[in-house]
Amino acid sequence: MPRRVSLFVTCIVDQLFPKVGLAMADVLERLGYQVDFPKDQTCCGQPAFNTGYRREARQVARHFLNVFRDSAYIIIPSGSCTSMIVHHFHDLFTKDPAALQALEQLAPRVWEFSRFLLEVARVDDVGARLEDVVTYHDSCHALREFGIKDGPRRLLAHVRGLELREMDAAEECCGFGGTFSVKFSEVSGAMVRAKLDSIVRTGAHTVVSLDSSCLMQIQGALSRAALPVRTMHLAEVLASR
Amino acid sequence: MSADFDDKIHNTLANPNLQLAIYSATGRLIDHRRHAVTREALPDYQELRTQANALKRHVIENLDHYLEQFEANVLAHGGKVVYCKDGAEVADFILSLAKERGAELIVKSKSMTTEEIDLNERLHHHRLESVETDLGEYILQLARQRPYHIVAPALHLTRYDVGDLFARTLGVANETLPEKQTLIARSVLRRKFLAADIGISGANFLVADSGAVVLVENEGNARLTTSAPNIHIAVAGIEKLIPRAQDLAVFLKLLGRSATGQALTVYTSFLSGPRRESEIDGPQEFYVVLLDNGRTKLLADRAKRQSLYCIRCGACLNHCPVYRKIGGHSFPWVYSGPIGAIITPQFLGVKHEPSLPFASSLCGACAEVCPVKIDIPQVLLDLRAEVKKTELREGTGWLERLAFRLWAWVMCHPRVYELAGMMAAAMAPAENGGWLRRVPPGMNLPPVRAWLDQRDLPPAPPHSFRDLWRKR
Amino acid sequence: MSRDHVLHKVRTALGRTAGQAIAEPPPVRLRIPVVDQDARVASLLRKVEALAGKTCRAATPAEAHAYVASVLDGKSTIASNAPFLRECGILEIAGVRSGQTSASELRMLCSTADAGITSADYALADTGTLVMLSSRDEARLISLLPPVHIAVVPKDRILTSLDELFAILPDPAAQTSSMVLITGPSRTADIEQILVRGVHGPGEIHVVVLG
Repeated sequence: MPRRVSLFVTCIVDQLFPKVGLAMADVLERLGYQVDFPKDQTCCGQPAFNTGYRREARQVARHFLNVFRDSAYIIIPSGSCTSMIVHHFHDLFTKDPAALQALEQLAPRVWEFSRFLLEVARVDDVGARLEDVVTYHDSCHALREFGIKDGPRRLLAHVRGLELREMDAAEECCGFGGTFSVKFSEVSGAMVRAKLDSIVRTGAHTVVSLDSSCLMQIQGALSRAALPVRTMHLAEVLASR
Repeated sequence: MSADFDDKIHNTLANPNLQLAIYSATGRLIDHRRHAVTREALPDYQELRTQANALKRHVIENLDHYLEQFEANVLAHGGKVVYCKDGAEVADFILSLAKERGAELIVKSKSMTTEEIDLNERLHHHRLESVETDLGEYILQLARQRPYHIVAPALHLTRYDVGDLFARTLGVANETLPEKQTLIARSVLRRKFLAADIGISGANFLVADSGAVVLVENEGNARLTTSAPNIHIAVAGIEKLIPRAQDLAVFLKLLGRSATGQALTVYTSFLSGPRRESEIDGPQEFYVVLLDNGRTKLLADRAKRQSLYCIRCGACLNHCPVYRKIGGHSFPWVYSGPIGAIITPQFLGVKHEPSLPFASSLCGACAEVCPVKIDIPQVLLDLRAEVKKTELREGTGWLERLAFRLWAWVMCHPRVYELAGMMAAAMAPAENGGWLRRVPPGMNLPPVRAWLDQRDLPPAPPHSFRDLWRKR
Repeated sequence: MSRDHVLHKVRTALGRTAGQAIAEPPPVRLRIPVVDQDARVASLLRKVEALAGKTCRAATPAEAHAYVASVLDGKSTIASNAPFLRECGILEIAGVRSGQTSASELRMLCSTADAGITSADYALADTGTLVMLSSRDEARLISLLPPVHIAVVPKDRILTSLDELFAILPDPAAQTSSMVLITGPSRTADIEQILVRGVHGPGEIHVVVLG
């Protein structure tokens, strides 16, 4: 079993939430993995794809396939980016058999972080400790495209000192949706405020999710509403000691 | 988006009563459905969905065969089939039949297909009175409004709205109790049922091996519409076909539960032809109008023809976080919610409302609950690509395209990407680590402003991940 | 009107030709649970009551007769021509008229009657459903126009489910122009989502199982 993993941190983590990437690396190293970061990585192409620019998305996707060609495992702190690669790259390369083949070889090695821990590393207790009351937000792509629901909760259950309180709207979309958040800004805002109501009802101090784009949306709204609730990526919780 | 779409959305969001009405009505339907499809209530729910999808795929891909089989069976049971390419032909048919029979009054049961072709308006224009008999639709007809939701058409109206409406249009006292309002409508409509010359219905399903029309309802108005008048006309899109009566064991189990959480609606009618010789009552003339109105266009697109599998349960509307905020009237056509978002551009062209396929966060809640497993998010993505291709062809939207071209180029050149990241970070420094309330200087772009309109912006950290990784 | 036009467009869209054969459809899927008769009766009555219907399990025709008579209490009633109702003596109850064969007379009686009595061809235990096929014995409007509907059903007509119904009746159209499944009293929630019964169809239903 290869113990070397590559991080695809995602552009949003790279530029805005670097601590998430570091946390992910910490957890993996503590489990005995050798972690590398192919430095030519940039983005999965999702912003262009979701906005209808398939040609531009294809260019970026091709770059991704090149960069990660030789990685044994590609670990990603995001359900939506993982979904883009595993479910939608295919749509971009229907006329490119070589790229399709490269994709076929690469896709099975692509893992969303929590799934990697549970299904490949086969651990649910990473020895974390965090005294806090949290609630968990089910990111849409992770939930509906990968069936990720119990996994993160199992991981959180083993974090010493942590209390998890379920919010009633855990599965409701936070309203980010990529360019939706700015093209339909008012609706996006209304959606996230509904989420905030649900969060506040739990009395939790921290909102946890496995997707930084959701956390950015939720934190942005929490900040605007001046609510004393913070957000943490699952990786950050699991790296806490 | 068009100013019209934008205004409607804004007005709906700004109306707290409407927000509450939409949220609670859909919330109730969500709960009802959930209880009806648990492992205890319906252990083979997922299997049924798979079967329903397979049946619909089969029928749609062999639609000509099943249309002909359906037609032959309708004829064999004494009915007639009329193929219409559009709403005008449907109206022409009904008008000429009405004229031949000296008909003056029509009663109608709920049919989105007839809304789609504005049938009542077309008939009204020729002085033929056509009365909606489903309570919600009757209310809307009096109020001259479109349905707000497939299953709960008048969810946006309060009892006070209804009281005022009845007082104004029917000349009755202003009653505000729903029970009393229902009795008023019942009594008015009963007279219409018994006097009507023609009953027009839609069809939830058309059964090919039986030449039958299947109608589901809770009130009894569809039964009355199709049993009291001497002529019954069912108007249905060609995509409503299912192969066999026995397939109803799959579809009926999914429809009621997905729509309202009911194992079966109060009435399910399986109607094949005019009354038989030995039967005592029922219509003596039976017509099924098979409508194209653009369905053949959707049929031609292999990837998107799954949009025609829809059995109009409304579950996607109920679960859509966007619909639950913007409501049915924000949508540009009679079909709203996720299904409306995918079929409107296909029927009316992507240019009718180019931003419609983008009015979704692609959360996938719709696909999760669709009883026939339409992959709505996938169709939305395909439509988005189509919109951009159209813009390319027509030379519009070039600024955004340019931005994405530039973006793609940067993303394919890692060193440029790193430099761009550093420059952007320099423009959006953290204010004591706090998130930004205002547009940072040098970043006054529409997306940044749109973001800040609703929430704060994350500050750029002093070092990117790759910087920190290098230093590790 | 546009038959050839529409069919042609359909074929063109699908890349098919006239008369072209089709692949086999997915096989029919019917799952019939095994449930003994007493359990079926109990389930049927339970489900009807859960829908705010009223029920009576009658051991003998006399019991059925007594129940129906007490419900009717002299109301003007129209009963169908189902022989089963005659066997139960229902037609002798005061105020009950039956034997109509003219559509117009029937309609008039139904629209003024306080109650309608029918039998049923089948009942479905798992959903509390009555299955009524229009025939010389059962007209459509009797179970529809009057505000009260009473159905008297022999217990051996009770099936487990919709699946069983379609297993024994795969071709309803061969028998009737109208098969109606009735599951509870007429209702609506169109005004403020508030439940109101008896909109157009009967707001009060009674299911009497004999045997």
